[in-house]
Amino acid sequence: MSKLIYLVPLLPFIGFLINGLCRKYLTKPIIATIGSGSIFVSFIISVVLFFDVKATGLKIFKAFNFINVGAFKIDFAFQLDQLSALFLLIITGIGFLIHLYSSAYMKDEEPPHYARYFAYLNLFVFSMLLLVLGANFLIMFIGWEGVGLCSYLLIGFWFKNDKYNYAAKKAFVMNRIGDVGFLLAIFWLLAKVGTLSYAEVFSPSILSQLSQTDITVITILLFIGAMGKSAQIPLYTWLPDAMAGPTPVSALIHAATMVTAGIYMIARSNVLYSLSEVTQHLVAIIGLATALFSATIAIKQNDIKKVLAYSTVSQLGYMFLGLGVGAYTGAVFHVMTHAFFKALLFLGAGSVIHAMHHEQDIRNMGGLRKKLPITHITFLLACIAISGIPPFSGFFSKDEILAAAYAHSPIYWGIGVATAALTAFYMFRLYATTFLGKFRGTQEQEHHLHESPSAMTIPLIILAVFSVVAGFVGVPAVLGGNHQLHHYLSTVLVSEKTHTIAHSTEYMLMGISVAIAVIAIVFAISKYSKNPELKEPVGLGKTLANKWYVDELYDSIIVKPLLSLASFFKNIIEKLFIDGIVNNVGTFVQYASRQFRLVQSGQVANYIMIMVLAIVVFILLWFYDSSILKLAGKLFY
Amino acid sequence: MPVQYYIYLALALFSIGIIGVLTRRNTIIVFMCIELMLNAVNLLLVAFSKMHHHAAYLQNKASVVGSEGQLFVFFIMVVAAAEVSVGLAIIVMLYRNTHSVDINFLNRLKN
Repeated sequence: MSKLIYLVPLLPFIGFLINGLCRKYLTKPIIATIGSGSIFVSFIISVVLFFDVKATGLKIFKAFNFINVGAFKIDFAFQLDQLSALFLLIITGIGFLIHLYSSAYMKDEEPPHYARYFAYLNLFVFSMLLLVLGANFLIMFIGWEGVGLCSYLLIGFWFKNDKYNYAAKKAFVMNRIGDVGFLLAIFWLLAKVGTLSYAEVFSPSILSQLSQTDITVITILLFIGAMGKSAQIPLYTWLPDAMAGPTPVSALIHAATMVTAGIYMIARSNVLYSLSEVTQHLVAIIGLATALFSATIAIKQNDIKKVLAYSTVSQLGYMFLGLGVGAYTGAVFHVMTHAFFKALLFLGAGSVIHAMHHEQDIRNMGGLRKKLPITHITFLLACIAISGIPPFSGFFSKDEILAAAYAHSPIYWGIGVATAALTAFYMFRLYATTFLGKFRGTQEQEHHLHESPSAMTIPLIILAVFSVVAGFVGVPAVLGGNHQLHHYLSTVLVSEKTHTIAHSTEYMLMGISVAIAVIAIVFAISKYSKNPELKEPVGLGKTLANKWYVDELYDSIIVKPLLSLASFFKNIIEKLFIDGIVNNVGTFVQYASRQFRLVQSGQVANYIMIMVLAIVVFILLWFYDSSILKLAGKLFY
Repeated sequence: MPVQYYIYLALALFSIGIIGVLTRRNTIIVFMCIELMLNAVNLLLVAFSKMHHHAAYLQNKASVVGSEGQLFVFFIMVVAAAEVSVGLAIIVMLYRNTHSVDINFLNRLKN
């Protein structure tokens, strides 16, 4: 029964092997069945495991000795507890829906590419499962790198487009910067305590071996890893560019699962993080800054996927705020609800893009409400959920984080609410511009407008249901619930900070945030439904539309100096010094041999002359300095 | 007569021989210079042989120490005679072919 855990990552891997190796021989229906089916079976097993864990608690499954050198041992082991079980459900559940959706969305691809797509997607799910199932930091790191690789492969899936390849490279490089931090944290931990397994590292006896500085440095380094993977300032710029990949990929990797790996990692290490106040402040501030910053950018984006990408960055910032103020459950809760509504938003956007024949600019849409009824309803539900209107799921998770932020500092709460207002505003700007008003595209596009096939709408409907109801697993006490998620996770997230805010204050906070969100929604709809923003923005709007010029800034302070350094090395160091040495050695040997050749002139008298002179020299040497001869003797014998 | 006079004479003869070999172009002169060097060595051999023999004779009238050097001289003279006969034959052939005994004509062998 419990051995089933090995099947959870193994099935997607088998799916990857079959689809990847036999991609030239399979037909599309078989490919889609293998790809989605393997995830579906994993999902069923995950559900079984989820209830199993609920009954029995933590279990560790050791597969084999991974590294075994002297006293240094690392096991290839899986840890199944409440946190990993929850993530298993999210990954396989949403993963399956997105696989199903992809089978229709990608149907225009040639069979080998179709199979390649599903192979990458399965490999991604496998890596992500490895990441959350690992029982030590090393297994997590393997999964961490695996998802990074799959992200790269899928962003650059349409590899014939250079811009997409560039985006893929950018994502990979940015992630590598974060990975260095993660790797250093692992080394640091190994050097100090000699073990990486969660059970040991988080035990009090091991933690007491670490000094305060050690803990701060390790947690900050881990956080740098999380910054890269979860797209936080200053490493967030890859995520918006990652929208180059197919839309279901954006939904799965860049909204629901991979980007939440950083939150998973910090939630997993909550014992460590709660011991370092410095890091907690840093996490909270970075999270808050990212949330606000990217929300402002999202207001002026006109690409439907870019808006959602910046919204994702912003919501991830929220989660980090939660982690930073000690609301670990709130952060994980928000991961879960966000996975539902953001995956839904991306899939809805995919449905729109599909209907519009790969048009992504919202200025050319409008009035799609009648033509795409199911997409419209589900998209609207997701927008309400992300805006935090009760009783939709986003409200509960966002409110939990905001309440914890208020307990920490009212300023955090203030910025958080401002971000929530911006979120509601840009989501409904997107909604109004896309679905309301009149159609602004070409006549041909209007003629071809159609609702997507059922393989695409069924996942939308399922996700919409969850976006609406998922919040009820975490109804806080103040609203008469008993927060089941909190009780479920309490054995893993032991460092959860409990805050004591009076119920009246909490009602007031909720009231304010909901009221502001509603005002923002009404304002956005009234502003954009009739006359959407079609002109190029000016002033501050232009700065926002250009993403605060952060890409240009990075370009001029990092990329260009690096490139000029590289060209300096290439043109000066390489050409003058390295090439110079090598070439001059060669030239010298050639020159010397030309000169020595003249000695062999054929004039016997010359030869004898040289011989006699040499004999004379040797005699003189012997006569005056026998030690030189001794040295010569040592050299030649 | 002290042995160093013989040594000086032999050195002088040998040096004349070397200089002759290095500077002269006439093959016959070169040949003669080689003979000069050989005989300088012969002279040294004989001189040292006599010196050793004299020292041994003063202690023991019947001593034969030092006679090996004089024996070597005969070997050298025999080898030199053989060498001269071969060398002169070469010179004759050289003259027949080139109507000259200039040693630089032998350079042509190098190609």
